[in-house]
Amino acid sequence: MRLVILEDYDLASEWAAKYIRNRIIQFKPSAERYFTMGLPTGSTPYGCYQKLIEYYRSGDISFKYVKTFNMDEYVGLPRGHPESYHSYMWNNFFKHIDIDPANAHVLDGNVEDLEAECQAYEQKISEAGGIELFVGGIGPDGHIAFNEPGSSLVSRTRVKTLANDTIVANARFFGNDLSKVPTMALTVGVGTVMDAKEVMILITGAHKAFALYKAIEEGVNHMWTVSAFQQHPCTNFICDEDATLELRVKTVKYFKGLMHVHNRLVDPVLSIKDQ
Amino acid sequence: MPSNKSVSDAPITQFINCRILRDHCLQREDLWVRDGKILDPEKLFFDEHGYADKRVDCEDSIIAPGFIDVQINGGYGVDFSQACEDVSSGISFVAKKILEHGVTSFCPTLVTSPLDVYHKVLPQVKVHDGGAHGAGVLGFHLEGPFISVEKKGAHPEKFLRTFKSSGLGYLMETYGGLDSVAMVTLAPELDGSQSVIRDLCQKGITVSLGHSVANLSQAEEAVQHGASFITHLFNAMLPFHHRDPGIVGLLTSDQVPAGRTVYYGMIADGIHTNPAALRIAHRSHPSGLVLVTDAITAMGLPPGRHTLGQQVIEIQGLHAYVAGTKTLCGSIATMDMCVRHFKHASGCSVEEALEAASLHPAQLLGISHRKGNLDFGSDADLVLLDDTLNIKATFISGEEVWRK
Repeated sequence: MRLVILEDYDLASEWAAKYIRNRIIQFKPSAERYFTMGLPTGSTPYGCYQKLIEYYRSGDISFKYVKTFNMDEYVGLPRGHPESYHSYMWNNFFKHIDIDPANAHVLDGNVEDLEAECQAYEQKISEAGGIELFVGGIGPDGHIAFNEPGSSLVSRTRVKTLANDTIVANARFFGNDLSKVPTMALTVGVGTVMDAKEVMILITGAHKAFALYKAIEEGVNHMWTVSAFQQHPCTNFICDEDATLELRVKTVKYFKGLMHVHNRLVDPVLSIKDQ
Repeated sequence: MPSNKSVSDAPITQFINCRILRDHCLQREDLWVRDGKILDPEKLFFDEHGYADKRVDCEDSIIAPGFIDVQINGGYGVDFSQACEDVSSGISFVAKKILEHGVTSFCPTLVTSPLDVYHKVLPQVKVHDGGAHGAGVLGFHLEGPFISVEKKGAHPEKFLRTFKSSGLGYLMETYGGLDSVAMVTLAPELDGSQSVIRDLCQKGITVSLGHSVANLSQAEEAVQHGASFITHLFNAMLPFHHRDPGIVGLLTSDQVPAGRTVYYGMIADGIHTNPAALRIAHRSHPSGLVLVTDAITAMGLPPGRHTLGQQVIEIQGLHAYVAGTKTLCGSIATMDMCVRHFKHASGCSVEEALEAASLHPAQLLGISHRKGNLDFGSDADLVLLDDTLNIKATFISGEEVWRK
């Protein structure tokens, strides 16, 4: 695991964006060989998306040969609803960049046969050659995507009923009216994300600190599903200082001591203008 | 990489680098158009995997819905109330010229005229969409002849009429037909007007109160029967009085049926209404304000004498008088001048000034589901403006029809 600790949310977002930028450019994607990514939603990755849009606008990266697969989507929420994950991705990322719409995959929570939709999604991922880099976040209860506590660590894309904690946490997006929050979602499984070549988890804020502690300093446990990534060969945790508040001082000092090594991954930052 | 054509073959245009008027505020968003209508780009992206065939760089302009003028009597030497053999070419001529002022739809207005004028003019023009040929015609605005003799303004007295019998039959006799009529201005104190108002509203024709000496309760009764507009507020009606505010009182009346709005036309040319009066009206009822030009034949022409209806008028600077008097008979301000003057005089926001010339007239005429806004599915009638609200370009159904 790489534990990359930046001072604040903005710096963490920027580091993550630079990393993604360098990975895409180094990969040299083309029409014959797309760079495939898994994408998250929520307040944590927002800053990272903003930076990526900035890099696109300045002509330093292109998403023309990038295929994306979002982690999750609510069931039964109209696609055009401002809180749907389709809306989030459109407004905060897709509409600002040059990705081919046919390559921007998001689960459809409004189909008749949800099971079939999940299976088709797994199929699409494997047809795309698997995921190069899966970017994700972490819930306060340590979940990745909607793999709530108790989810199988080898699970695949499926329908999940949301935990009460998650529903309460989401209420703020639905006018604090619990009755309006969706209760089910389609989500990639822990196993699905584990299949990616590389995983990058963004964790910022003190409210995520305990989950981070459980994810990396305790054992692999299906009650804290992000802990599964201890068994992935290439996991990156990108966090801010606040997210480390529940870690041992020793852990934090060790990884801060490695920052000069980690920073070589984002410095120099590459650009397609140089190609 | 344009759309996969699963919904439509038509090309898609994306207006970029602009600020659009949507949901009552200027937002930095791109505007997408297909098939002459505003397109939802999110639906295009997810449902059709499509995007733009063509991008138009707006150079940071403001994009507003095209202006709608519901009271315009002519311009550039053309007088709609003249019984020409070919009035439709006169209307077309003006329709093309007003694109320069950002007007994409209008109601050609006929002042009080003899019956043969109505019978000759009305059948010649049908409601039709705009395009490169000019702004769209939404229907005639018939201002008269059922108006008050005391408040005739520039209208010729000998052609004023009263309701000799009830029902639409008498109206049909007067006008000859109502098919291409969008609005009628009448004085509600005339006997028999209330049933006429009801009948017109039922036919989908907007009824406006004007050139009248009605008191507030007569005006309120008219509104309850369906009247929804006031023709050039303050002009040709009783002045506001604190014990009987008259028609002006409709702006704050509590007798307006729930869910309905009374709109009022303002000629914001700096001449027809004192800026302080404009502010009083705007502040008391901002959502009802509709900018109109009430432009006459001489709009666009140099100073001098010209014909309006059956009378002669005289231009002096920005003023147009009934020749030999000091009675105002219409304005020569253009719609974009009115928008700028309204913003300046009232201190309102850019959004409010633009909506007074687009959204409000569309709401008045009951066409806001397709005009007067930039909502998805609305007609792509647009104006590009700079920050001082000068028109840079005009579009109808997504096609550029005029550029500065």
